[in-house]
Amino acid sequence: MTRAVLERINKVEPAVHSFITVTEDIALKQAEKADELLCKEETTPLTGIPVLIKDVMCTQGTRTTCASRMLENFIPPYNATVVEKLNQCGTVMVGKSNMDEFAMGSSTENSAFFPTHNPWDVDRVPGGSSGGSAAAIAADEALFALGSDTGGSIRQPAGFCSVVGLKPTYGRVSRFGLVAFASSLDQIGPFTKDITDCALVLNAIAGQDSRDSTSSPRPVPDYTRALIPDLHGIRLGVPQEFFGAGIQPDVREILESAIKKLEELGASINRDISLPHTRYALAVYYIIAPSEASTNLARYDGVKYGFSYRDAETMWDNMDATRQFGFGPEVKRRIMLGTYALSAGYYDAYYLKAQKVRTLIREDYARAFEKCDALITPSSPSVPFKLGEKVDDPLQMYLSDICTIPANIAGIPGISIPAGFSDGLPVGMQIMAPQFGEEILLRTAFAYEQATEWHLKKPQVKL
Amino acid sequence: MALSREEVEHIARLARLGITEADKDKFCDQLSNILEQFQTLEEVDTNNVLPTAQVTDRQNSMREDNILPSLPQDAVLSNAPWREQEYFRVRAVLEE
Repeated sequence: MTRAVLERINKVEPAVHSFITVTEDIALKQAEKADELLCKEETTPLTGIPVLIKDVMCTQGTRTTCASRMLENFIPPYNATVVEKLNQCGTVMVGKSNMDEFAMGSSTENSAFFPTHNPWDVDRVPGGSSGGSAAAIAADEALFALGSDTGGSIRQPAGFCSVVGLKPTYGRVSRFGLVAFASSLDQIGPFTKDITDCALVLNAIAGQDSRDSTSSPRPVPDYTRALIPDLHGIRLGVPQEFFGAGIQPDVREILESAIKKLEELGASINRDISLPHTRYALAVYYIIAPSEASTNLARYDGVKYGFSYRDAETMWDNMDATRQFGFGPEVKRRIMLGTYALSAGYYDAYYLKAQKVRTLIREDYARAFEKCDALITPSSPSVPFKLGEKVDDPLQMYLSDICTIPANIAGIPGISIPAGFSDGLPVGMQIMAPQFGEEILLRTAFAYEQATEWHLKKPQVKL
Repeated sequence: MALSREEVEHIARLARLGITEADKDKFCDQLSNILEQFQTLEEVDTNNVLPTAQVTDRQNSMREDNILPSLPQDAVLSNAPWREQEYFRVRAVLEE
């Protein structure tokens, strides 16, 4: 299986560009070990399964770049907890995937190295920031992948590439070894080809970790037990704010058919659900995330690791130059925004205000979940856009996360699953559930998947 | 909410970010545009609303104060751009 995947990578990579690093040697070694385990029948459901890791998670001895010049040659001396957990399951790492630099972006065009192309139409973006992971799963370059999601970086590309992408509840999966972007929003989750795989990977990576004090002590259930193809008794809410003017008509239509299908499967549909503060979520996010990022990225000073400029006279000039040449434009933009929002005289007006509106958004969701078990929305307001279409307009790019950002603000889980196509381009359906409601989310997704065939459709990658 | 060039320079200095003259103009425009969008938050009444800094609802997360092995010194220094024996080397911090 590993050989087949490596061959496939060789074949489609020239068109898709999902990988920053292909780890063929490691993969073959791990595959051999998996064979031994299989002979001894000491297996887990993931033994021998080829996986791709987003290049924002530390892999001991394997370059971890965050798609940044700053970390182009950084070789972590330890593994992220999720990588450690997968290793214990006997998985096979085939590589590290491309992304927007430091996970900041919605199209993977902010990679310092090269953009990733959408396998469904190579002139279009795969979404982002985990675009490499999403595109690779769609193009069969791995059997599953890990991504990270701060404002939609798993769900939006999953929707764009017609694969399954889950952002678990904040705290469900350890963030130890995930290069920090916005620490109160970041969460790791799986990209898979179907919901059953999603549940299996979540089983493997969830759980408390003494090295991440925000990870939850809640016991991890067997998520495969939630896979029930029937929705009788399930109350689904359709929040009106996610079906307004900002959403493309074809996306809206496809979502309406999906909602009808969910109703046929037994769910009751409540359209009288309102999340009135949704319209402020984008502003809240683009204050909180850059603020936390400006603090987190202060560590890149050219001293301990990473790119280091040393030709200037003084330490400070070297540090300024290290950061000037090490970071790309979007990362700089967010550091500037965050530094401004946290600076003396503006803290109350921006950061504190955003944190207060964050409370109101959380309360919106708490109220909604009194009336329903899960919420149905699009994963993004549009189908995948063209490469280059939004690179010069940061605000337009930010708007592409409008459907996914609220879940990070509220700390709740969200999943994007294939819901259909508009002129051959994928449309994703997002399902959101209350904190630690992954089971209801997986059950809803599974029932829909079993009743439809979208997840079986494969892109013909134009080589 | 327009940012002046001086403000952009000030923020860049706070962030220890070297920027070119062309960047300054670009940041003036782009950041001003983005900040203008943030003005919508002013409509929201947040009197008596407590800020949310984290969403776990957990208090402190404590563990026993046991001594555990750390990474070996060589591993920690393995990515150092400039190293001298067991130290990270930097240019003089204190000026003459």
